[in-house]
Amino acid sequence: MVTASKNTVHSVFFLILDFISISCLFILIGAEFLGMIMLIVYVGAVAVLFLFVVMMLNVAQQKNQWFGATSGSKHIPVGMIVSVIIFFELMIVIGGWKLKPDLKNEFINIGTNSVTNTHSIGNVLYTDYIHLFQLSGMILLVAMIGAIVLTFRQRSGLKRQSYIRQISREKYEGVELVDVNNKEGVKIDV
Amino acid sequence: MFDIGIGHYLTLGAIIFTIGVVGIFLNRKNVIVILMSIELILLAVNINLVSFSIFLNDLSGQIFTLFILTVAAAEAAIGLAIIVVYYRNSGTIRVEEIDNLKG
Repeated sequence: MVTASKNTVHSVFFLILDFISISCLFILIGAEFLGMIMLIVYVGAVAVLFLFVVMMLNVAQQKNQWFGATSGSKHIPVGMIVSVIIFFELMIVIGGWKLKPDLKNEFINIGTNSVTNTHSIGNVLYTDYIHLFQLSGMILLVAMIGAIVLTFRQRSGLKRQSYIRQISREKYEGVELVDVNNKEGVKIDV
Repeated sequence: MFDIGIGHYLTLGAIIFTIGVVGIFLNRKNVIVILMSIELILLAVNINLVSFSIFLNDLSGQIFTLFILTVAAAEAAIGLAIIVVYYRNSGTIRVEEIDNLKG
């Protein structure tokens, strides 16, 4: 539905529905922290971002032309074939794999029952993965600055207040002494 | 009643991944839907990682899911900013009309 609906706004809403469902699944199988984070980050931030961009760009009314397009719908069967192949490959992989029998013993059992999911994630995240954590912080910072720089627009023809010019203005620039003749007045040049 | 095993989660991940790929290939509308399809693909990857992490009782999968979440959010922000700039310059974001590099 995300890809097939005609209206872009409906696509965004279906994306939100998708994220909510997946976060509910995460909470159900025991990854509560990730479910909640996904709910906050995606539904709270990314979906609103998408909605804002759709609103700003005014593309919601463009109709979706799937089949029967005017120019060159050659890539549609190709895409269908590629997608079907990928899907069946994934199905074969899922159907055919087996766990190594003693696989579970090889991993460290961190998440015991006495410690909650969030607690155990915090235990690992801030100790073993601290460099990756800081690197992700840097990625977020770079993304924020990049987005601001990309969309920042200096409008021309806009009157702004310039403090430095205002402060550094001297008396001889603004005030002029004029001798006024009688019965003639003053001609003001601006 | 049958148990919900790891296979069901992997199947769900595969289906969502395929929906994302279909959305990228078959899109004729605008680039925003393509970005949403990329988000769907990342979501499928996240489902796989979390299900393996839960069923194998190893916590690294969830950590990596957290990082994928971070990178996906950053990527969505940058991509949307690029789309806004492109729309400002050319007035359209329809996929078949974006052919500036065609020469």
